[in-house]
Amino acid sequence: MFFGLDMQPFILSFKLAGMTTLILFLIALPIAWWLSQTRCRCKPFIEAVVALPIVLPPSVLGFYILYALSYNSPLGSFFDEVFGVKLVFNFTGLVIASCFYSFPFMIQPLQSGFESINKNMLEASYIAGKSKLQTLFYIALPNIKPAFLTAVIVTFAHTVGEFGVVLMVGGSIPEETKVASVAIYEAVENLDYAMAHIYSALMVGMSFMVLLGVYTFNRHQGHKLGTA
Amino acid sequence: MLKIQINKALQGSSGKMDLELDLEIEKHSFVALSGQSGAGKTSLLRILAGLEEAEGEISLGDEVWLSASKVLPVQKRNIGFVFQDYALFDNMSVEENLLYVNKDKELASHLLSLTHLENLKTRNVKGLSGGQKQRVALCRAMMKRPKLLLMDEPLSALDPQMRNKLPTDILKLHKEFETTTLMVSHDPSEIYRLASRVLVVQEGKIINDGSPRDIFLQTQGSQKFSLRGELLDIIKADVIYMGVVAIGAQIVEVVLDEAEAESLTIGQSVQVNTKAFAPSLTPIF
Repeated sequence: MFFGLDMQPFILSFKLAGMTTLILFLIALPIAWWLSQTRCRCKPFIEAVVALPIVLPPSVLGFYILYALSYNSPLGSFFDEVFGVKLVFNFTGLVIASCFYSFPFMIQPLQSGFESINKNMLEASYIAGKSKLQTLFYIALPNIKPAFLTAVIVTFAHTVGEFGVVLMVGGSIPEETKVASVAIYEAVENLDYAMAHIYSALMVGMSFMVLLGVYTFNRHQGHKLGTA
Repeated sequence: MLKIQINKALQGSSGKMDLELDLEIEKHSFVALSGQSGAGKTSLLRILAGLEEAEGEISLGDEVWLSASKVLPVQKRNIGFVFQDYALFDNMSVEENLLYVNKDKELASHLLSLTHLENLKTRNVKGLSGGQKQRVALCRAMMKRPKLLLMDEPLSALDPQMRNKLPTDILKLHKEFETTTLMVSHDPSEIYRLASRVLVVQEGKIINDGSPRDIFLQTQGSQKFSLRGELLDIIKADVIYMGVVAIGAQIVEVVLDEAEAESLTIGQSVQVNTKAFAPSLTPIF
């Protein structure tokens, strides 16, 4: 409670966004690096698959995820029977759904960051005897700091702002799946406009602060690049 | 001895061509690769480094780098490579660029003092001038104590003053580290100062192989100058014509008769031939 306001939906939103960002970073990093370096003919195919969540309505994505993870599906029943974990209408399900939904927002900035690096710089690292993995961590990543930050923040912000997928996969279970966006929807549905106003204003304020932080950092980095 | 016998289909400046080279390069020698853009010079360096694939054989001494059954990866070839655009690691300082290759601090500070960079060692490389960057690139290339040093037009992006100074550093390092050095260059004066052998590459093949003197000195021994230039303008002055020709950084006027003036086109490459009975040299400061 914060001045009599239930902050649980916000805590849940930020917990979900934090976990999604971390998991996606670990998954997207090798894929983005591979996509930026490969000359494989299957590259456009993989890029198209990666970008799908941008164009698909969240309801389509939510429906498929629900269908794939529900207790009746082979995957859902496998997890339920073997690990005792249910994958829908709980927080775990939300994290999985968010990972699909926000995947392109993590991978695309990283990939274009890696693609913009001078190829000779990477080759100089190979000539220095360093492996592709060492080159990724010591040369590529430190040289795409703004792209890295954009990927992390946009993924985080996008997850905080998601609604459709979350509602379909998680429903609105307090302290489990009722995130801020769902709480606002519910407040409006219950004609509790005062609550909807407060939650919405909080969302606007927090989102703005996050974006302001990113752009200020990138501007600072830009200045450093220009004048260092 | 560096033995190269390679074959690779390339996309050259005038369509497809085959890079077909069969040559041997003496240990510790300094060889320049000359020729038009797109002739395959840079591709040769990249194939030697292991950055590009090719068919054939490459061996350095008794070490086989490329054969029908074996391709030694770039990481395992003992080479130094100086890129035309420096390709320094922007996220590191001058010293860190060197130590990334090899953690030998003594060697790094020796190289930096040899090239007068020790005062800049903690500076980030992004803030350096072109000449400083190129010297850092050169030092970085030497950190593995390479047997083979490959340089792709190392001086082309520099201003004339720096172009004049850097060859001294290159030669110093080449001699001290006893590398076999291959340098791509278009500049005859640079090649003359540095290399003991020139390979002229055209359309993927070597069309000329000799000392810089043999290749570039066009009028050996005779009292005649032949200078290549570009015809910039033809001016009519009464009954004669004046051809304005750019030769290097100089512009000269040559008297032409009407027939000559009509046969020439502005923008054409021309050769200015003249007799010189007692040429003299005056130093310029």
